[in-house]
Amino acid sequence: MNLDDLYRRVIMDHYKNPRNRGSFDDDALKIELNNPTCGDRITLQLKVEDGIVKDARYSGEGCSISMSSASMMTEAVKGKTVKEALDFAEHFSSMMKGETVDFGDYEDIEALSGVNKFPARIKCATLAWNALRKGIDIEQQHK
Amino acid sequence: MISSSIREQFPILNQNINGHPLVYLDNAATSQKPRQVIEAVKSYYEWDNANVHRGVHTLGSRATDAYEGAREKLAKFINARSTQEIIFTRGTTTALNIVASSYGPSVVGEGDEIVITQMEHHSNLIPWQQLAKKTGATLKYIPLQPDGTILLVDAEKTITDQTKIVAIAYVSNVMGVTHPVKELAAIAHRHGAIIVVDGAQSTPHMKVDVQDLDCDFYALSGHKMLAPTGIGALYGKKALLEAMEPVEFGGEMIDDVGLYESTWKELPWKFEGGTPIIAGAVGLGAAIDFLQEIGLDEIHRHETKLAAYAEHRLSEISGLSLYGPRNREVGVITFNLGDVHPHDVATVLDAEGIAIRAGHHCCQPLMRWLEVSSTARASFYLYNNESEIDLLVAALIKTKEYFAYELG
Repeated sequence: MNLDDLYRRVIMDHYKNPRNRGSFDDDALKIELNNPTCGDRITLQLKVEDGIVKDARYSGEGCSISMSSASMMTEAVKGKTVKEALDFAEHFSSMMKGETVDFGDYEDIEALSGVNKFPARIKCATLAWNALRKGIDIEQQHK
Repeated sequence: MISSSIREQFPILNQNINGHPLVYLDNAATSQKPRQVIEAVKSYYEWDNANVHRGVHTLGSRATDAYEGAREKLAKFINARSTQEIIFTRGTTTALNIVASSYGPSVVGEGDEIVITQMEHHSNLIPWQQLAKKTGATLKYIPLQPDGTILLVDAEKTITDQTKIVAIAYVSNVMGVTHPVKELAAIAHRHGAIIVVDGAQSTPHMKVDVQDLDCDFYALSGHKMLAPTGIGALYGKKALLEAMEPVEFGGEMIDDVGLYESTWKELPWKFEGGTPIIAGAVGLGAAIDFLQEIGLDEIHRHETKLAAYAEHRLSEISGLSLYGPRNREVGVITFNLGDVHPHDVATVLDAEGIAIRAGHHCCQPLMRWLEVSSTARASFYLYNNESEIDLLVAALIKTKEYFAYELG
């Protein structure tokens, strides 16, 4: 077991210098999600216009894996279409199962592939992506 | 003294995890099982397995004797007046839920009070929350001191003539606090209330005498005291249990069944609908034998010593916050390592072969009171020793260095 497989430099960078951390003042779509088994929680806000994720912010409490994953996720989906964002979420799930996936122009996320070797931590990494899925789901129901 | 050879009785301890000898410090979650317990369960299935209380055949008698024999052992172990006061359950959660759902509505009504603390495990909190909601009663909390202890003077103020039930853990699964249950029982009784004691964390580690405590109900889990998972018990004073309605209806618990009316077996069987957890009870009986051969006082002394050593060694790590009282009597130590999240701590420790718990420990209200989202917890049992605490401390220092470097 090599800890450096898990705690890659890019992950620690997102943990230390989170991107898109915070919240929107206006009533943008808001999703609150907990991980009841460990106490991690995330509040994700999404601005979706014309089928495009215009902006995303998150706040919450959690370990380096869950928070860095949230930072990367918000960065990755910004400017993407809803479908592209959902595809990313799918890719992420596949990566957690140990499959090799290509995130195209956003390679940072691939640093989280090492989580696959730490089964107890997969739920940390997927929290933000589950919030994204839930958010898009709500957004699409509103249409 | 507990001999270091005791570890040889626990086959699971003799293995490497991630290239290091296993250091198991998650005993408040569940304990490991000695060979004696594993063999008792195995032997039961290989020689005696049958359903209880019904077969005329030899195996049926053996299984019944083994099951009821375990009940006798447990009754003696916690000094119940008789085996009629011992109901086998799936564990502490089920036991507490029986009290809340059967006894609760018979005495609690609108305007009445149920008194607990913010430190309770979810299993000794939510059943009372639900009961209060259903009956219109008020759920009241005895305030906690900064170290997690409670003052009897605060208990006196919180418990009133309106109070019908006081429910509290004997030992906290997070803070390593031992609550003054005997004194609380006296206060509750003076106001005409009953006291329910969550004994999940006390029964494995110290001598428990339910008559001396004068508690009305006492719940415990087998798996935290060397027995298999899936077996636990509810102790209740006979008069209270007799007045209560069963919670589960079906086979095993009936006396006479008609088309429109049925009657129940006598205690304790009226609360044990369905085929019981026979092998689990057999394992619990073997676990009690094992614990008694060593002696609960001896186990308690051993763990108090380990707790003192751990408090001392952990407090040497700068940036580490220890929660709970100093000079605790039980081997449950909760802490946080600076800014490093408990999950990250637990992952690095696991890479060193050390098993600890990270999270909210089924105590979300307590986490809010501590103003943290989660904590790390090391908890000891009779097979742990000081050199394992040294390994824990060394691994924590390594964790700190690793993240100081990574986090810059």
